[in-house]
Amino acid sequence: MAVVTIENVDIVFGDNKAKTLPLMDKGHSRDEILGMTGDVVGVQNANIEVNEGEICVLMGLSGSGKSTLLRAVNGLNKIARGRCLVRDGDKMVDMAKCDEAKLRHMRTHRVSMVFQSFALMPWLTVLENVAFGLEMQGMPKAERLVKAREQLKMVSLDKWADKKPDELSGGMRQRVGLARAFVMDTDVLLMDEPFSALDPLIRSQLQDELIELQKRLNKTIIFVSHDLDEALKIGSKIAIMESARIIQEDTPEQIVLNPATEYVEKFVAHTNPLNVLRGESLMTPLADLAVKDGQIIISDDISMTLENGKLVSIQGSKGEIPTARWTPETILANVPDHTVFIVPADIAMRDAVEIRYQSNHLLVLEEAGQCIGILNDHNFYHALLGKHFGREEDAA
Amino acid sequence: MNWLTDNKIPLGAWMENFVDWLVSAASVFFDLVSLTLETMIVSMVDAIDYLHPLAVIAIILVGVWFLHRSISLIIFVALSLLLIINMGYWIETIQTLVLVISATAMSVLVGVPIGIAAAHRPWLYTILRPILDLMQTIPTFVYLIPTLILFGLGYVPGLISTIIFAIAAPIRLTYLGVSKVPNELIEAGLAFGCTKSKLLYKVELPAAMPSIMAGVTQCIMLSLSMVVVAALVGADGLGKPVVRALNTVNISQGFEAGVAIVLVAIMLDRICKSPSSKNEG
Repeated sequence: MAVVTIENVDIVFGDNKAKTLPLMDKGHSRDEILGMTGDVVGVQNANIEVNEGEICVLMGLSGSGKSTLLRAVNGLNKIARGRCLVRDGDKMVDMAKCDEAKLRHMRTHRVSMVFQSFALMPWLTVLENVAFGLEMQGMPKAERLVKAREQLKMVSLDKWADKKPDELSGGMRQRVGLARAFVMDTDVLLMDEPFSALDPLIRSQLQDELIELQKRLNKTIIFVSHDLDEALKIGSKIAIMESARIIQEDTPEQIVLNPATEYVEKFVAHTNPLNVLRGESLMTPLADLAVKDGQIIISDDISMTLENGKLVSIQGSKGEIPTARWTPETILANVPDHTVFIVPADIAMRDAVEIRYQSNHLLVLEEAGQCIGILNDHNFYHALLGKHFGREEDAA
Repeated sequence: MNWLTDNKIPLGAWMENFVDWLVSAASVFFDLVSLTLETMIVSMVDAIDYLHPLAVIAIILVGVWFLHRSISLIIFVALSLLLIINMGYWIETIQTLVLVISATAMSVLVGVPIGIAAAHRPWLYTILRPILDLMQTIPTFVYLIPTLILFGLGYVPGLISTIIFAIAAPIRLTYLGVSKVPNELIEAGLAFGCTKSKLLYKVELPAAMPSIMAGVTQCIMLSLSMVVVAALVGADGLGKPVVRALNTVNISQGFEAGVAIVLVAIMLDRICKSPSSKNEG
């Protein structure tokens, strides 16, 4: 069920909205409109639906409008046109049209936020900072301090509760920022490049912590990032923005496999496919393999036999090669060398490469008990060199 | 050129008429203000004077200890106050301190809200800025004359003149502090559901506090710099002996009163400074 729905949203900064909106409809560019009316188009015709438990990443370069769109969800930015619906109990509230009291209710109980520059109050202790939002909810002091302390334990900062934010490192400060947002117990969390100001090791550590927290708490998160690797790692859905528009909205894997425009392709060219791609998009499908004497020919000296779509045996130059079934729990070191692994079709590329490295053999992909294709070195090199786009288009 | 000098614009006469009009129209009001303020200051001075000077010094030292916990500052304050008693300027020092503290309190009470309002409304600051410039640059004696007429001789015209001179500091620094609050803190406040007043009390004022405290300290020092001028219109205090020494060309009296003023200034400066830097930390 949709928790946040953004429908045809335009955001304009400036005082000439009456003139600017028709110009936008006529298809004038951002720069032209700036020259004609002096207004800045922040977001143009954005449409996104974010479902419960999803992490939706708004991704783009600075100035693309991603933070602007994010701030529309809790009403920090005014919407010029369109609707931004956020779920409140069993109703949807339009953040563009609700009154002050409703807006405050949404901000204290439904939507909380994490900032790029942490935005902790320097005069409050770490504990008081975490309790800040609870105070705005109207929770009594003793109760909110207890709750804030529990939340600090979750980000392992309980020993730092009575310190001031400037005594903490950047990573710790952002953990305080996360605790301050999570303690509100809101359904929706807005994160505005929360990890961009941190160094790479701390960043990846906090990304892991966020993924862990999300597994336990199942929030609806809208996450802004300019880093596609980060977006691919944590996002269940990615919307890529360029000069105020959303140009592609898709799953991480589809973004990497089918970039909609050259702009997206440039982003994708610099990412590491190991974390994103899955076996079925890398594989050589069964249909592409030659068949000879009822056997499927994989290479000059390897062939396999299927029966009712199931793998029966694999023949190498020195006779039959043993097979084994792989699950995420399999410890590769315990399996004898020269084994062909049968793996699920949605196996991550990182795992597939690891198996190939240990077993020295190709991998056979299976879906619902049916063999659907194979993975060998050729497929891996293709993916690592970013050549899978072309192949995917051919297949389609 | 004759034409220019012959047709004089009666600027001065206009002002005089305005003050005359004020006196005739609102003399009851000004008398009431004058009486209230005068009574307030005199009774405060009397109350402190009722105590033994050493008891007052002890109270001050305890206060300084709680604010700063610095032995060297305690010793300095104690020696300064004892020297002032020794020179025979104890009651004048008390009068000056009461005048300075009253002027500062009123400047802060009026100035801080004005500064906050100006920070929230850019047009208000545009109007305010030339007025503040005028209040700080116009020679003090110029507005001493109308305040003297309106409030009569005594502490009150001194107090009012001091406020006019010193109030610009808290207004400017409050304006500066509140308008320089980082945008991300405002956004964080709003994002977590602050109302307008919560935003002011929980985010803007604490964030602006170092700047506001700097304004208070500046206000105290500016007020102190007005003691001699205030003495000219009859305010008691350390300014009186300076004026008297000037009139009688008395070098020794002038020097001693000057030393007393300097000591009070240094004490106030040291005592006020640290609390503001504490707030920064």
